[in-house]
Amino acid sequence: MLKRVHFGPSLLPFLLVAPQIAITIVFFIWPASQALYQSLLVEDAFGLKTEFVWFQNYSELFDDELYFDTVYRTAFFSSMVAFLSMSSALLLAGMADRVIKGAKVYRTFLIWPYAVAPVVAGALWMFMFDPTLGIVAYFLHAMGSNWNFRVNGDEAMALVIFAAAWKQISYNFLFFLAGMQAIPKSLIEAAAIDGAGPGRRFWTIIFPLLSPTTFFLLVMNIVYAFFDTFGIIHAVTKGGPAKATEILVYKVYNDGFIGLDLGGSAAQSVVLMTIVIVLTVIQFRYIENKVKY
Amino acid sequence: MIENRPFVTFVSHVVLILGIVIIAFPIWVTFVAASHDAVRMTQVPLPLLPGGHFFENLVSALTKGVGNAREQSVGLMLMNSLIMALMIAVGKIAISLLSAFAIVYFRFPFRMMFFWMIFITLMLPVEVRIIPTFQVVANLGMLNNYWGLSIPLIASATATFMFRQVFLTIPDELLEAARIDGAGPMRFFKDILLPMSRTNIAALFVILFIYGWNQYLWPLLITTDKSMYTIVMGIKSMLEAAEESPEWHLIMMSSLLALLPPVMVVVFMQSLFVKGLTETEK
Amino acid sequence: MAEILLADVYKSYGKTEVIHGVDWHIEDSEFVVIVGPSGCGKSTLLRMIAGLETITNGEISIGGRVVNDLEPAQRDIAMVFQNYALYPHMSVYNNMAYGLKIKGVPKAEIDQRVREAADRLEIGEYLGRSPRQLSGGQRQRVAMGRAIVRKPSVFLFDEPLSNLDAKLRVQMRLEIKKLQERLGITSVYVTHDQVEAMTLGHRLMILNDGYVEQLGTPIEIYENPLTKFVAGFIGSPSMNFIETRLEEDATTVKFSHKTSFRLAGSYPQFKGRNVSIGIRPEHFFFAPDNPEAIPFRAEVVEHLGADTLLHGTVDEGESELIVRFNGISTVTQGETVPVYIDPANIHIFDAQNGKRLEVE
Repeated sequence: MLKRVHFGPSLLPFLLVAPQIAITIVFFIWPASQALYQSLLVEDAFGLKTEFVWFQNYSELFDDELYFDTVYRTAFFSSMVAFLSMSSALLLAGMADRVIKGAKVYRTFLIWPYAVAPVVAGALWMFMFDPTLGIVAYFLHAMGSNWNFRVNGDEAMALVIFAAAWKQISYNFLFFLAGMQAIPKSLIEAAAIDGAGPGRRFWTIIFPLLSPTTFFLLVMNIVYAFFDTFGIIHAVTKGGPAKATEILVYKVYNDGFIGLDLGGSAAQSVVLMTIVIVLTVIQFRYIENKVKY
Repeated sequence: MIENRPFVTFVSHVVLILGIVIIAFPIWVTFVAASHDAVRMTQVPLPLLPGGHFFENLVSALTKGVGNAREQSVGLMLMNSLIMALMIAVGKIAISLLSAFAIVYFRFPFRMMFFWMIFITLMLPVEVRIIPTFQVVANLGMLNNYWGLSIPLIASATATFMFRQVFLTIPDELLEAARIDGAGPMRFFKDILLPMSRTNIAALFVILFIYGWNQYLWPLLITTDKSMYTIVMGIKSMLEAAEESPEWHLIMMSSLLALLPPVMVVVFMQSLFVKGLTETEK
Repeated sequence: MAEILLADVYKSYGKTEVIHGVDWHIEDSEFVVIVGPSGCGKSTLLRMIAGLETITNGEISIGGRVVNDLEPAQRDIAMVFQNYALYPHMSVYNNMAYGLKIKGVPKAEIDQRVREAADRLEIGEYLGRSPRQLSGGQRQRVAMGRAIVRKPSVFLFDEPLSNLDAKLRVQMRLEIKKLQERLGITSVYVTHDQVEAMTLGHRLMILNDGYVEQLGTPIEIYENPLTKFVAGFIGSPSMNFIETRLEEDATTVKFSHKTSFRLAGSYPQFKGRNVSIGIRPEHFFFAPDNPEAIPFRAEVVEHLGADTLLHGTVDEGESELIVRFNGISTVTQGETVPVYIDPANIHIFDAQNGKRLEVE
């Protein structure tokens, strides 16, 4: 934590941490505590009068079936995104770990979607699946489907899941590949001498040894799906049609910033904050228990 | 590989190539759309091969703007994005370097408290404090300017932790040797720590540049003035306009321009990118 | 050039005291070695002289100037570290020049001093390289060079040779000795290696657990160890110790139940006390005709070429001993040979406090 050898006491260290701490207080800690405080208030429609109502916003929130719909929707969305992008990344990483020729080239072509902004990713997928013009929608229609994500909620959900998973494959691929390359070759060789073929080696040696990476990625993917997909949803569906793609983060934004229900939105923020805290704690516990190959 | 099984290797290559094709398909479609004219882009089915209007569309987007954001050219939005991304990346690196230096190399009162305050920022993404943060920024008069776009985002626990990790691996004897050579704290920081952390700084810069460039919710909250629009926001407003008058050739050209800089950074600084990604997650 | 004065120097970390009062006057141009087992506080003491550790109590002065509150850079010292502590991102040249640059020495003079030092250490051709590209021995020289260019009045060495292989260590040891003689700069050298200590130091300080066990020249320490610790620490293989009792006649000790031995002097004030007698392996000699010789049964014979080490016992295993004969001995495993020790070479220590017993 601290170096054994360090500089003596002076004003300097305070000056050094000052910018970071100032920003942390002004833009993080203060607003977060404001959110906590506002979640206990009710404000009238004109913002003229505020009333302290204790946990009324929370009890309203937890009595609201629509809110729980959003919670389930978010859970479904996140697990689908995590499953889709992790399984395809695992497959690709497994293959890339096998090939020697061109591994670097493959990697280059697989990692770039990471750099695409969620909104732009949304735009690309929206364009391909646009019900009137989209090239993929054209093929779907040709096959007899009447694809239209603007009116069909399930189709809208599928589209944002695909777009979100697509963007996240790169990240998962890199970590899976790094995890696989960290497994000592001698282990794989020992298994081969024991007579295990490539598929068996993957499921009995490589995959179990990857479990810390898999767990870590699972947490990261959930965080990603919860928070970083806002842009995709905002660009593609705006939470619609009929709230079919409204996830928690979108609802906080929509209720608070558009609907101006400050107290309710703040209570939702606090719930989200709790989720982040739990995920962060899990993530840090993972690091402590990280398996050494 | 362990044993020679040409068939398995062949299958691996096929799967990888298929994966690449599927992953790259959206961008191919984008590129194709950006190379046709407005007329062709209203005829179903849309083309799958590039047309001849790429440069025409490029010039049009860069100088004239698209849809709702017509009054704002894509060129200007790119410039806004670039400025914001650079300010965020440089700002985060600068303040994280300084605070990691203080926390690792100085013993001072409240050191641990500061450390935990920085740690807490990990648990408070913009998404969970949208409105109060907006209020703070509004009160400080930072709406619609570059400061408001960047400063609230430059506190960074991950970057601070990464530099802390890097500094902890630098042998103590180097500090001692520097002290015998007469270097004070800031001189040591500038002459020894900074040069020794330069690959980490570069790796982090790559990650943070992408992070900054791709910011969306934050600029959406605090910019109302179209002259402050970033390219990512611009795309969003073009999509809204597309529902009435689809100008997909220009929207896709703009999307291409929006994704090109960060993608180029990833592709051409691949090893730094991988290093940055894996190290900030430790 | 400068003398170093340590006056009643103490060091504590919190409540734990690690250096318990050191007094030492190091002469100008002297080469002294602080030697002791790991954790004895020798590096701490050196780092206190360097200014890298604070002084809890007492006073250190260099060249007549009290340095307690001076920064390392103001103490006019140079230090060579165990892991060399070369700045990895700087060339060899810049590593050597860095301190001078900070001091504001003119460029031309820096250049001249760096090149001079590099020539002296034969590293002139590596000046443009980075430390990574150098071998261990070359890095060692660069670290020395960095010390020399400062033209300090004191050199401090913190186990500088322990990262080198055996052969290089001997070579660098000689070079350090020659260099110090030529430059005549007061030097303090810390090591756990007794051979380095004995060969390099004009005088040694034997430190154990933060206490000074003995100060003296290498010969004094070898011939007259003041404590059992020093006696056992210096010399290889180490001195044999036999725990026994001083007989009532105050001049004989029992080696075992049947063999006793006469000492050179008489210690009437200690008669009847428990004592440790110490005999160096090299002080035994083969004495077939001496009636006072002890029957020594060799159990393991180690031929080192220049000499032979015999590990064995006296009187059916009552005392275990190591005996060293010059040259290649013909003694075979299991053989019992008569050995004799000159009483003048027997050391006798108080079994309780380990202090050497003095003849009255």
